[in-house]
Amino acid sequence: MDFYDKDLVSIRDLTKDQIEYILDLSKKMVPYARGEKVKRALDGKILGNLFFEPSTRTKLSFESAAYRLGCDVIDVSEMSMTSIAKGETLADTIRMVDAYCDVIVLRHPFEGAARLAADVSENPVINAGDGAGSHPTQMLLDLFTMKEAKGSLEGLNVTMVGDLKYGRTVHTLAQALANFGVKLTLVAPESLQMPHDIVDRLKRNGCVPKKTSVLEDVIGDADVLYVTRIQKERFPDPAEYQKVAGTYRIDNAMLRNAKDDMMVMHPLPRVNEIATEVDSTPHAKYFQQAFNGVPVRMAILCAILGGDI
Amino acid sequence: MKDIADIKIPPIRNGTVIDHIENGQALNVLKILGVNENNIDSSISIGMHVPTNKDGKKWKDIVKLEDMELDETTVSKIALIAPEATISIIRDYYIAEKFAVKLGEKVVGLVRCSNPNCITNKGEPVLPQFFVENRNPPRLRCVYCDRTLLNISDNLI
Ligand SMILES: Nc1ncnc2c1ncn2[C@@H]1O[C@H](COP(=O)(O)OP(=O)(O)OP(=O)(O)O)[C@@H](O)[C@H]1O
Ligand SMILES: [Mg+2]
Ligand SMILES: [Zn+2]
Repeated sequence: MDFYDKDLVSIRDLTKDQIEYILDLSKKMVPYARGEKVKRALDGKILGNLFFEPSTRTKLSFESAAYRLGCDVIDVSEMSMTSIAKGETLADTIRMVDAYCDVIVLRHPFEGAARLAADVSENPVINAGDGAGSHPTQMLLDLFTMKEAKGSLEGLNVTMVGDLKYGRTVHTLAQALANFGVKLTLVAPESLQMPHDIVDRLKRNGCVPKKTSVLEDVIGDADVLYVTRIQKERFPDPAEYQKVAGTYRIDNAMLRNAKDDMMVMHPLPRVNEIATEVDSTPHAKYFQQAFNGVPVRMAILCAILGGDI
Repeated sequence: MKDIADIKIPPIRNGTVIDHIENGQALNVLKILGVNENNIDSSISIGMHVPTNKDGKKWKDIVKLEDMELDETTVSKIALIAPEATISIIRDYYIAEKFAVKLGEKVVGLVRCSNPNCITNKGEPVLPQFFVENRNPPRLRCVYCDRTLLNISDNLI
């Protein structure tokens, strides 16, 4: 599989075969990600971790993934306060960082920033989230989490609930899942439903999602429940927010009708979408999911930088 | 068969006829041509909402430009708002060349992205670029932010 020196910017950069390759490689990475085995497969390489927007989880898991493989990290998150304040374009910043490292990981508030960075950079660019745009490494770790728990993605009933309109994670994930013959159910109030252009794309890929606003009606069919945060800012009326947020709160009562092996996922951080009482049930897979960020990002770095595991 | 309405517009000796323009788009075509009363020295005839029977349509617009020929960029822009338009180049009253407008695989630097948060709208040194997902009706997808472009005619550069 040819990943060497390639950018990972959007789901468009990935075929189904490539996704499967990364998922298989991620599985091999697990003992290394846990520190049970050690191999400095990327010894001598340097990763430029370029975060123009805060993101503890993604940034830390990239750092951890790099260090586990012996790859050094230069952390340039200070950039946001220095160069950009002086009015340097992103294109110029990228050209400079490009000269100091072997791969660039970019988180940026504007959609398409990673594509632009990939255009100007000689070295490969990995998109770690650009505005409301795509977040392909999150998508890959989500797929990995589902596949590890269920054995296969084919035919799974994946139910997404929460803010499906603004949540970049669910847009990317839904499109990836459409490649794997998954049954999608989209649970959200009409005002926060999945945008039409994404739904149209899903349909063109042969996936016709079922839409509803009532979680109770569909939770019994779900193999995977993917929960996202509903942000208060999306609602002009705080009372309306309280009502909607309450409707989709996952607690043990809500899970009563779920299949025994139904798994609950969440990209984290959660606020109160999932009650802490759920954490100790076998349904809870969100901490596993957060850990999986490391082996999956190790696999991506290894594939792109040509490391040998 | 000649459309009856075509005949109402006087013939031109040399110039260009843009026919089968999507009903209602004639003024946007003029906007693309960038012509106005101050910057041209020849006549333009416009037929708006004229009857047609091509491809099951009832109405079309048509624009005839005397002493003007169109460059490639202009033709591509017209394809964005009038995907079924035909361009006939008239020399000495006869059609010397006739072709249908057609979008290529990509549209570069002709329209702006309708997503205000797209990196191409943030002062970076980059031309907006779109994949042509569908030609008729035109559907463009931003190479950068991946969004489907809404309202093409409002975003022409
Ligand atoms: N000398 C001319 N002056 C002005 N318009 C002309 C002249 N010659 C042709 N046209 C116009 O150019 C367009 C193309 O001419 P053509 O003879 O190919 O039309 P047509 O047979 O109706 O074909 P179509 O199927 O494209 O409508 C028509 O709108 C016609 O009226
Ligand atoms: Mg005709
Ligand atoms: Zn865009």
